[in-house]
Amino acid sequence: METLWFVLVSFLLAMYVVLDGFDLGAGIIHLRAARTDDERRLILNAIGPVWDGNEVWILAAAGTLYFAFPLVYASSFSGFYLPLIMVLWLLILRGLGIEFRHQVHNPLWTRFWDTVFSLASILLTVFFGVALGNIVRGVPLNQEGYFFAPLWTTFTVVPESGVLDWFTVLFGLIAVFTLSVHGAAFISMKTTGEVNERARSVSRIAWWGSLLCSVAGVIASWSIRPELFRNFASYPWGLVFPLAGLLGIVGIRYFSGKQDERRVFLASTIFILGMLGGTAFSLYPTLLHASTDPAYSLSIERTAAQHYGLTVGLVWWIIGMTLATGYFVYLYRSFKGKASVPTDGTGY
Amino acid sequence: MEDALLIHRLQFAFTIMYHYLFPQLTMGLGLLIVVLKVIAIRKNDERYHESARFWAKIFAINFAMGVVTGIPMEFQFGTNWARFSTFAGGVIGQTLAMEGVFAFFLESSFLGLFLFGEKRLGQTGHLLAAFMVFLGSWISGYFIVATNAWMQHPVAYTVAADTTLHVNDYWGLLFNPWIGWQYTHTMIGAVITAAFVMAAVGAYYLLARRDTEHAKIFIRVGIIAGLFASLLVAFPTGDGQVKNVAAHQPATFAGMEGIFETKEGAELMLIGQPDMEKLRIDNPLYVPKLLSFLTHNRWTAEVKGLQAFPRDQWPTNIPLLYYSYHIMVGLGTIFIAIMLLSAFLLWKKKIFEARWALWILMLAFPFPYIANTAGWMTAELGRQPWLVFGLLKTSDGASPMVSAGNGLFTLLGFLGIYFVIGVLFLLLVIKKINQGPAAETTHS
Ligand code: HDD
Ligand code: HEM
Ligand code: HEM
Repeated sequence: METLWFVLVSFLLAMYVVLDGFDLGAGIIHLRAARTDDERRLILNAIGPVWDGNEVWILAAAGTLYFAFPLVYASSFSGFYLPLIMVLWLLILRGLGIEFRHQVHNPLWTRFWDTVFSLASILLTVFFGVALGNIVRGVPLNQEGYFFAPLWTTFTVVPESGVLDWFTVLFGLIAVFTLSVHGAAFISMKTTGEVNERARSVSRIAWWGSLLCSVAGVIASWSIRPELFRNFASYPWGLVFPLAGLLGIVGIRYFSGKQDERRVFLASTIFILGMLGGTAFSLYPTLLHASTDPAYSLSIERTAAQHYGLTVGLVWWIIGMTLATGYFVYLYRSFKGKASVPTDGTGY
Repeated sequence: MEDALLIHRLQFAFTIMYHYLFPQLTMGLGLLIVVLKVIAIRKNDERYHESARFWAKIFAINFAMGVVTGIPMEFQFGTNWARFSTFAGGVIGQTLAMEGVFAFFLESSFLGLFLFGEKRLGQTGHLLAAFMVFLGSWISGYFIVATNAWMQHPVAYTVAADTTLHVNDYWGLLFNPWIGWQYTHTMIGAVITAAFVMAAVGAYYLLARRDTEHAKIFIRVGIIAGLFASLLVAFPTGDGQVKNVAAHQPATFAGMEGIFETKEGAELMLIGQPDMEKLRIDNPLYVPKLLSFLTHNRWTAEVKGLQAFPRDQWPTNIPLLYYSYHIMVGLGTIFIAIMLLSAFLLWKKKIFEARWALWILMLAFPFPYIANTAGWMTAELGRQPWLVFGLLKTSDGASPMVSAGNGLFTLLGFLGIYFVIGVLFLLLVIKKINQGPAAETTHS
């Protein structure tokens, strides 16, 4: 049962990265890919109807983590206090950037919100990557299961390192490059003309960044926590995740060459799912690794809620997520095809 | 540790009070927009369609603020109340996760369809989208009130060996006896806000002699909804809440009402200042015996005063609790008066010319916000010193490792950001109101 919930929480997080990932990615490349007011409205129009729904996946993930593994939720959220609150501020600014920009037709107003939207998207992506880096690296948990991570200490990987060190910053970079590729794939799928061209040229450069940093990330993980790779030895089927990742990243290149925009997006999705799946697989059964003393690590057995809660949770979770999937299919169907900028001043 | 606790409390109180300014309008307006759309389709009246579109725009800006200020709420359970989350996550994690899965997905998906899809979906489809947004926001309200109700009146849990709580009865949690009145009371409070806001915009247009046809629709819908809601918020729902509190949190009840001594035939305090040194109400103005009657339906029933309870069970801030409660009830009484009067004028077909009444309607809209905030302060201060009533003290619920300095940094950050976005929000809403509902037709 605990294992199932570990899988479900990972699944929700991965879905979040795939879905909100493309609108974050669109934000990262926003200022470069779109130059004129109409072009920028086009990008915002493409994500306008869906970004809030995408963001709900992280709420669902946090909520699910909360009730399935309360101590992990409490420990990690309070331990990463400062970066998380900053993430909240960035989410606020980014959301308002999308929603407020089109309300006033003044060049200063729109330029201001465009910049806010793009900067917030970049920083959020860095933070999310760094968060993953922290989970892989481990945090200084105490006996009770709590910790408090300052933003940085020495930038080196030591038991008491801060949220930012070279290892986690590397993960931040992976995230930025990967989501740039992902966002560009979405934008080129949704647009034509110059925006489409520019998105694809950004994507070509970011692809190399994503590839190199990911390789570096795997090597770095090996060097600081070799035991992470033990699961692959015991359960070789887990290798499907890294293989999918590999297939995905090659696929992005291959289908870009053929100008098959939908398959590029699909390949990028597979790349992200493969990488995250592989990470979750190697972390299992630990949710939060203690850099202080491995015995303090928060594992799924130690932190799971009781059986009854997990069982009824499963029932409503399946019903709720089936409904939610239904809404999403309907929503995306209703807005399928290339986005456009209406001439009557409505929309974004 | 002491000051860290204070900062966690201030930050949570500030961010939740700010958040709640937006959902109350969303939940009420969601309903009123559905009403406008239904009338528009049945009467095939373009002005109702335009009205619905106009309010959808205000709704969208308001909703965006609700979303961005809501996400911090979800996270702060972990960031600021880690011990509480560890202790109670096995129970309230359920309701909070259900809110995400059942309500937020519904709301956010259909909001995109509602705002962007009028042409694509056709009128019936668009009405359905509006209804789903309304439904989503009311379901969201249900789960969050269920969370709060459990903190006021914990049920359906077992205690594990490590002292953490776990749910043991799913339906018991969802149908906590506390929820019924709390949920209906809260939702009706939200309808009051929307009704007053709608009527106020209508009154403003009439007073400014513009958009008169739409203005009359706003006033009519606002007054009718406002009248029903103002009556329902007091009776039966407010009355039901009072009886719940009196039965399950008697010390809170005594603090709210300002009753220090136990007596038979207790008076209902209308105005007066709690004096915590002399343990009495200064400058009291009261109705004899009424409190006994209202709570127990008997003029001579005994009501326990604060002195009947040990001091460590008293609510921690009695004067503020007392004022919050009296502000809510006082405003509720005034709302009933305003709406009865307006409804009378509407019925006599005089309201659109009675400029003095329009002035009242226009200026009244901030007060439902105050009443709703005061209501929540009553509930939350009344629960003190408990975080989970009877089970966990607030002082034992905060995050153990977050220092006061770090907390102050984020509190100041929230103050700054919320101030700026609040100003921008007001600017945008004022701009939309000045554009008016008719501007739409010239555009599309
Ligand atoms: C427009 C808003 C509004 C108005 C006019 C009223 N209320 Fe209210 N009240 C609320 C909005 C509200 C609220 C914001 O919805 C609260 C906060 C928590 C809750 O359950 O509802 C609340 C709480 C609340 C509580 C506290 C419950 C607790 O401690 O958990 C009581 C006893 C009442 N109300 C009773 C009344 C009475 C007797 C009213 C008579 C007129 C009244 N309210 C008017
Ligand atoms: C229904 C969802 C809600 C939940 C689960 C909830 C939970 C909490 C928690 C955990 C605290 C911090 C601990 C404490 O100081 O007691 C708190 C405090 C507080 N909340 Fe709520 N709250 C909710 C709704 C609201 C709303 C809507 C408002 C106001 C509009 C509000 C007003 C306050 C205030 C003023 C405090 C500070 C009380 C004090 O520190 O003495 N709450 N609440
Ligand atoms: C501590 C308590 C609270 C938490 C954790 C919380 C959490 C949230 C979150 C995460 C959102 C954004 C959802 C999205 O992305 O679509 C939101 C919006 C919303 N919340 Fe809250 N909330 C709290 C208090 C309340 C209360 C007391 C109510 C009403 C009774 C309420 C009603 C709503 C509604 C209707 C929305 C939809 C957006 C809007 O109305 O503006 N919330 N809330």
